[in-house]
Amino acid sequence: MTDHDNAYAGLLGDADPHWAFGTGFTDPLAGVDPAVPSEVDRADLAAYCLMLGDDALVLAQRLSHWCSRAPDLEEDIALANVALDLLGQARLLLARAALVDPSVVPPSAQPPEDALAYFRPAGQFRNVLLVEGVDVDFADAVVRLLLFSVHRLAVLERLTGSSDAVLAAVAAKGVKEVAYHRDHAARWVVTLARGTDESRRRLLAALDRLWPLVPELTAAHPVQRRVAAAGAGVDPSTVEGTVDAVLAEVFAAAGVRPPAAAPVGEGGGRDGRHTPALAGLLAEMQEVARAHPEGAW
Amino acid sequence: MVTATAEAAEAAARAAAERVTDPELPMLTLADLGVLRGVSVDGGTVEVAITPTYSGCPAMTEMSRALVSSLAGAGFADVRVRVELSPAWSTDWISPRGRRALAEHGISPPGPAPRRSGPVPLTLGPPRRTVHCPRCGSDRAELVSEFGATACRALYRCAACAEPFEHVKEI
Repeated sequence: MTDHDNAYAGLLGDADPHWAFGTGFTDPLAGVDPAVPSEVDRADLAAYCLMLGDDALVLAQRLSHWCSRAPDLEEDIALANVALDLLGQARLLLARAALVDPSVVPPSAQPPEDALAYFRPAGQFRNVLLVEGVDVDFADAVVRLLLFSVHRLAVLERLTGSSDAVLAAVAAKGVKEVAYHRDHAARWVVTLARGTDESRRRLLAALDRLWPLVPELTAAHPVQRRVAAAGAGVDPSTVEGTVDAVLAEVFAAAGVRPPAAAPVGEGGGRDGRHTPALAGLLAEMQEVARAHPEGAW
Repeated sequence: MVTATAEAAEAAARAAAERVTDPELPMLTLADLGVLRGVSVDGGTVEVAITPTYSGCPAMTEMSRALVSSLAGAGFADVRVRVELSPAWSTDWISPRGRRALAEHGISPPGPAPRRSGPVPLTLGPPRRTVHCPRCGSDRAELVSEFGATACRALYRCAACAEPFEHVKEI
């Protein structure tokens, strides 16, 4: 090492690959055929990838807050593992969005997936409001994860038939992961509902709080409808029956009834209309990248 | 003669790529793990295809670097590592030698991965699998957590010898 003023200089470049572990992220789609099916509008497909990718990225960030604060060490690790899976899905989807339509990527010295994650303002994020909320307690976290993953699994199962080969591959991999995220969350919902009076009270309160955010998951955005009609995406309104059936199974095992006709939340996340919670989350997630816009990781 | 040389180059490149070990499970080579999907030589260029185990696998970059370095050592200066996303990796791709190596290092190898067509059914009970303690061989193992130090491992404890151990989850 010749740069004596910088103790970290040796970590960069082609140092021993076995110890600077997890640095120097390379393109997750390196060498993958970038072809886009001709029937699909590129701007639509990129927006569609951002919707799926931002859902995963934002929930990954939220879940990682639980590391060191979950009920036990095993749960710290479990939620961190779930977050890592979702972060991996987000990386592939953001990289795909950037390949399909480079105009979605904000100007930055960073690779496109990082530019999308760190240099977009909240108004350009296309995630649903469910994933951005701050967890009031652990019951909130597991109910949020259940509602999200039941829906995402149903979407990904159908997306394996996408005419876009990259989306189909990301979905096929994601199905394996989101299936155990869903089962993990469902077991916790049953455990809390059948636990103590206090755990049941908190579980029911979380369900009441989050239930109004469910309709946005299956409300079809015009972009989703068009990409679905072109054969590359899934219209989320078509998974409503599947989602309801799985949730009914969980609620029956938990001995809880889903809240009746709750006031429906505003939605708007797919068009960049978010709650202040997202701005707070992004301020933390983006801080280091924005402080060092030329930084190498 | 040209063909023989090309075949020898490809065999040498394949051997160099197959020697590379997984950074998280160093008792396994990338070939044993099923992550190495192909090695081909075209002129002076070697193309290596690898697939991630999980979407968020943080080891892909390290695997690429190690492949480039091993191939450079075998005399191949121009190496391209390509990500192959489809078909999705399965623990069924772990070789018999890899499974033996896992067990020898105290990690219970995976059973057959679930095969299904259609929606994944909800599982509310603990996952059903036959797990043997890699230390004493007992099948009386208790699940401690479905999530271990890496995405691919679950934590068990042997009810017979009381030792904790890791199991590679079937996916």
